[in-house]
Amino acid sequence: MVGTGQIFRTSSRAKSLHPMSSPTTTSLRVPPAVAGIDRDKDMSSHADAISARKLNFYYGENQVLFDVALTVPERSVTALIGPSGCGKSTFLRTLNRMNDLIEGTRCTGEILVQGQNIMDPAVDVVLLRKHVGMVFQKSTPFPKSIFDNVAYGPRVAGERNRAVLADLVEDSLKKAALWDEVKDRLSNSAMALSGGQQQRLCIARTLATSPQIILMDEPASALDPASTARIEDLIGELCANYTIVIVTHNMQQASRVSHQTAFFFEGRLIEVGPTTKIFTSPTQKKTEDYITGRFG
Amino acid sequence: MTTERASTKSGPSGFSFTLGNDAYIRRRLLFSRIFAWLCRLATYAALAMLVVLLISVIVNCVGRLNLDFIRSVNSVDPEKAGMLAGLWGSFWLILLTGLMAIPIGVGSAVYLEEYARDNFLNRVIKVNLSNLAGVPSIVYGMLGLTVFVRMFDLYGGPDQNAKIISLLGGAVRIPIPLGDKVLAGAMTMTLVILPIVIIASQEALRAVPSSIRVASLALGATRWQTVRHQVLPAALPGIATGVILAISRAIGETAPLIMIGALTVSRFCPAGIDSPLKLITQPTRILQAPLDQFTAMPIEIFHWAKQPGDEFRPVAAAGIVVLLLVLLVFNGIAVWIRHRAGKGLRW
Repeated sequence: MVGTGQIFRTSSRAKSLHPMSSPTTTSLRVPPAVAGIDRDKDMSSHADAISARKLNFYYGENQVLFDVALTVPERSVTALIGPSGCGKSTFLRTLNRMNDLIEGTRCTGEILVQGQNIMDPAVDVVLLRKHVGMVFQKSTPFPKSIFDNVAYGPRVAGERNRAVLADLVEDSLKKAALWDEVKDRLSNSAMALSGGQQQRLCIARTLATSPQIILMDEPASALDPASTARIEDLIGELCANYTIVIVTHNMQQASRVSHQTAFFFEGRLIEVGPTTKIFTSPTQKKTEDYITGRFG
Repeated sequence: MTTERASTKSGPSGFSFTLGNDAYIRRRLLFSRIFAWLCRLATYAALAMLVVLLISVIVNCVGRLNLDFIRSVNSVDPEKAGMLAGLWGSFWLILLTGLMAIPIGVGSAVYLEEYARDNFLNRVIKVNLSNLAGVPSIVYGMLGLTVFVRMFDLYGGPDQNAKIISLLGGAVRIPIPLGDKVLAGAMTMTLVILPIVIIASQEALRAVPSSIRVASLALGATRWQTVRHQVLPAALPGIATGVILAISRAIGETAPLIMIGALTVSRFCPAGIDSPLKLITQPTRILQAPLDQFTAMPIEIFHWAKQPGDEFRPVAAAGIVVLLLVLLVFNGIAVWIRHRAGKGLRW
């Protein structure tokens, strides 16, 4: 963990994009946000994209989430932070019911996505996952061409028109800032791309299904600093049109890319609030201990 | 490395080491070399057996293996005996076996790996698949005799009830109970190779990284779409290899066929189809062939080999060469399918 004193290395890239943020009330300093993320923006006018209430989650007999309640405003970025095993990834996966794939799991409570309770057994998870996309920690391109990777989502949803697919692929790759690098080799294997490109391909693939919400599970933790910066810039661009929930171990990243930060500890949501506030004047002792690197 | 250099003290700490001059190291290296040689010997021994077999068979068959051998049917005259009936019998047998074993086997594997929940029944099935693969084929022959050939004697004795259906200007005779026909043989052979097909397919499916499945499902694909577009294409080379190996085994399998009562000596090809041309000119016979009596290549070889006297030895040898050639072709197809299926994937 980072030592005390200067907690955050402010990257020169970020510095060049933004002036230093205003002086803070504590000795903690928050690195500048990436372009597109206005951390001081008032989100009260935004409708709720996700609203979880009294969420409890069990792996067999083992309870891993306790009464979690969290609201995510539309077209914003929410970062979930906390030490390993705190339940943040489990919470993320409840939002598109990916936990259904694990046998012996159980979930109680309520999660409203665009006003609908997705915990309802009647909910079609296939349709839900089309609206709530997901990007994983490890990039997982299919062993197919770049084009077929991006076109996969629309194709399984029934799109057959070649021209429509071509437009969608181009559009998604442009949004994921990958188009210029791959436009001449769309029929090449996606496995030949670099790690950072593969991860942006996975983001493009998710965008192609036209989701409203994108869940990201440590999307940059396996990438080098330059690729990480590209992913962070991308999050800044995407949040104008999409609601993003991102799990990250990297607290500088959380502070750079999010409007709202939620701190999880031992299955409980300890504190949630505007990112600047969480990183400068957290109300809970645990939160402060974690972000100052006293544990975790 | 000189001994002088090797014993030089290095560093201020006085730490010293010797290079290549240590009895212990030399002993370890010796053991390593001996082990490598033992492994090499094991490989060459297996190869040597194969070479000896091939040479003896080929030497024996010289003079008997010619085009006439695969153009004529069996005969009491070793100079005229041929393998045509066995070739066609094996062709129909393997065709039907493949048609039944591949969908059932791959389907079971997909169910067990992709859909089945981890409950008691499915665990019992998974464990017992390997047991089934180890069951001697003669036992399956017995099962086939009772279930398929005689149908528990529910429909009277052999060939007591047959239905004749007129079709496309020909007639197809359907024996009830099934009797010692190609279809009963193929069903029995399907039982023999099913566990092998299932286990090989399961292993191929398990080798597909689960991240691909998760990613596909996360993009809004259904389970079926995930299996169809991601998992099966990625597993296809492995599945194809397993299927072809199982089919190769079925070609050489003799015991269950003898058990169900396949003909040992036959001068007739099933439904009288003795050339590919007749498949086109007499299409109704294609339906009759699976319901006709048959013999197979390994049965004919067995028959020739057990004849007293030496006259049939070259015939048996020629039969073995033909059988090996057919197996070689099948393995070639397996390699080709692996190659082709691998091309569709862009790893």
